[in-house]
Amino acid sequence: MGTEYLAVAFTILVVILTSLPLGWYMAKVFTAQRTVLDPVFLPIERLVLRLAGVDASQDQNWKQYSVSLLISNVVMWLATWTIVTLQQYLPLNPDHIGNMEPVLAFNTISSFTTNTNLQHYSGETGLSYFSQMFSVTFLQFVTAGTGMAACIAIIRGLSGNRLTTLGNFYVDLIRASVRVLLPLSLLVGLLLLSQGSPMTFEGAAHATTLEGPEQTIARGVVAPMAAIKQLGTNGGGYFGPNSTHPYENPTPLSNLVETWSILLIPMAMVWTLGYIVGRRRLAIVVFTVMLALYVPMVMFAVAQEAGGNPAITAIGVDQSTGSMEGKEVRVGAALSALWAVSTTVTSNGSVNAMHDSLTPLAGLMPMVGMWLNNIFGGVGVGFINMFIFIVVAVFVAGMMIGRTPEFLGKKVEAREMKLASLALLWHPLAILVGTAIACYVWATTADMDHALGWLKNPGPHGFSEMLYEFSSAAANNGSGFEGLGDNTPFWNISTGLVMLLSRYIPIIAPLALAGTLAAKPASPETAGSLRADSATFGFTLWAVVVILGLLMFMPVAVLGPIAEYLALR
Amino acid sequence: MFKELTQAVRFTVVTMLLFGGGYHVVLWGIGRAAFPEQADGSLIRRGDGTIVGSRLIAQAFTRPEYFHPRPSGVDYNAAATGGTNYGPSNPDHLKAVQDRIAAMTAEDKVSAIQIPSEMVTTSGGGLDPHIPPAAAELQAARVASARGVPAERVREVIHAHIDPPTFGFLGRARVNVLELNVALDEAFR
Repeated sequence: MGTEYLAVAFTILVVILTSLPLGWYMAKVFTAQRTVLDPVFLPIERLVLRLAGVDASQDQNWKQYSVSLLISNVVMWLATWTIVTLQQYLPLNPDHIGNMEPVLAFNTISSFTTNTNLQHYSGETGLSYFSQMFSVTFLQFVTAGTGMAACIAIIRGLSGNRLTTLGNFYVDLIRASVRVLLPLSLLVGLLLLSQGSPMTFEGAAHATTLEGPEQTIARGVVAPMAAIKQLGTNGGGYFGPNSTHPYENPTPLSNLVETWSILLIPMAMVWTLGYIVGRRRLAIVVFTVMLALYVPMVMFAVAQEAGGNPAITAIGVDQSTGSMEGKEVRVGAALSALWAVSTTVTSNGSVNAMHDSLTPLAGLMPMVGMWLNNIFGGVGVGFINMFIFIVVAVFVAGMMIGRTPEFLGKKVEAREMKLASLALLWHPLAILVGTAIACYVWATTADMDHALGWLKNPGPHGFSEMLYEFSSAAANNGSGFEGLGDNTPFWNISTGLVMLLSRYIPIIAPLALAGTLAAKPASPETAGSLRADSATFGFTLWAVVVILGLLMFMPVAVLGPIAEYLALR
Repeated sequence: MFKELTQAVRFTVVTMLLFGGGYHVVLWGIGRAAFPEQADGSLIRRGDGTIVGSRLIAQAFTRPEYFHPRPSGVDYNAAATGGTNYGPSNPDHLKAVQDRIAAMTAEDKVSAIQIPSEMVTTSGGGLDPHIPPAAAELQAARVASARGVPAERVREVIHAHIDPPTFGFLGRARVNVLELNVALDEAFR
């Protein structure tokens, strides 16, 4: 396991170091400064804006910005829902896949429109190449861009002084997707192609195996999606088992590139904030707080997986390479644990090992990542979620020392706290109430296991499967304890609704918050001000995140993973 | 409002063509030009052009003269992939592990503690093309006796097919089962 630990540390270090220049590049893109990639990508940006008829000079206030965001997302939803429900009649369907059933399509398209990428279908049997390209991959670009646009608008609001506008939604979206996501996706797609990720319009390959029987090997337009699903914290896989499938993650090198791609933009976004607001110290404090939550989670999960499954050790098999159920030999247990934590703190949701088969406490870490949902977080929305916690931490600290709470020289008052609380409380409400309803339905159905076919695993682990599903939907994550039989009307409709509400409430409320903060005058900071860019505030923020973010999930954690851990010991 | 709507529709159409179409065409072109073999799925072909399988995709091996891959939760179905999703405490899971141990100890004349856990657990996609070198070593005697060749010569073929960790520390040392079996067929025709 020694070299595997080294690989974990190396991966984290490489992402941190590369996130710095990317953060600087993104700051330049979003403040319309010149960059080295302009000769190639600026013309594309201008072409798209011209063809779409966007007036780039028209700035929007927070309401107009939110309206554009919502209406564009509604139109994208309708267009892609139409594609998947009619895919049988559309081109590029060499494996003759039928139309997606409307309720499953509601779940699927809501999932991709909200950047969640929860999948109740399996790609190789459920979607045509056309749908994979024009519905899924298309949405993976524009929804990641939507999150980044909202984040940039909020950052502008924070840095403004008596500002009434936050920028233009379409301009921000196109900058994020054409000048940040597109170049990176081309680079990562190229690397994945070189490692063996397919990119072909031909249908499945038909092999006659060495022992004689036929094997049908599904392939397709894999590499392009594998790239953007990682970079845009989308996570939706081309194939059902995501990046555990060798075509989606062929080698240790592709595994490094994909893990890097999960964390890169969420980390860089923190630095972008620092550059745009002109407060690098604040960026360092926020980044350090996030790292001080992330690294211990990784270390804990890696240690748990390296220890193996006690039940299998008891049988007497060599588990010196860790717990290997649901994992790949080319990746190994440690890098699987690193991925599991990274993909859930960032609301990515891709997997390179089956989370349902993780050892109990290692399986708790992805849930903690989704419950917090603000450690680096989804592209754009991760910082938005942390911003809510910052507002609360400022308020708490202000109350404790008896001063008017201020952030970046702006007073945080009742209206701001109400909006922050709305965004903050929606998340646990959706998860806990959703899980409670699922448990009620399960428990009150006669002969539930046969009648419902929901739970693959008995006991506390079965509870964890339901809890994980709602955590994933509410965090717009998309990973799952996939033993859950989730392609049923109950799960398709309930998680579909949770995903939609959990996407737009935590974006619109902070936009409103930033809108009101932007309009306030920034008062100069004095010796008496509460400084957000200090170590003291960093500690406060860390504590607020842990206490407010996790405490309400303690009971369900005990009922699920912790109970299973104690039973297994 | 109407202006907002037409704006959104135009924007959706244009970006759909760019990211759904253009982006894929560029990567497809690069794939065809630079990595045609990988882009097609890393297929292994016989002399007559028929496909044996993919280097990256496990296929079923049950005969004693072939090395066996890791167990698969989907019976090596590469058109509908997946893991077992068994939780660590699931009795069905532990039963399956014990059955695999029993099968392997009987077939390869080894004791349970010698068996790497990879050989009694399933992979995430059910298509893991690799096994650890130790798992190949364990099967060498059986394969050699089924083929009527010295075990030493089979071990030589294994050693020639161990992929070390990338750059010495990324991933683990491993043996590609399909490539190993193809090489065996060539070496001991």
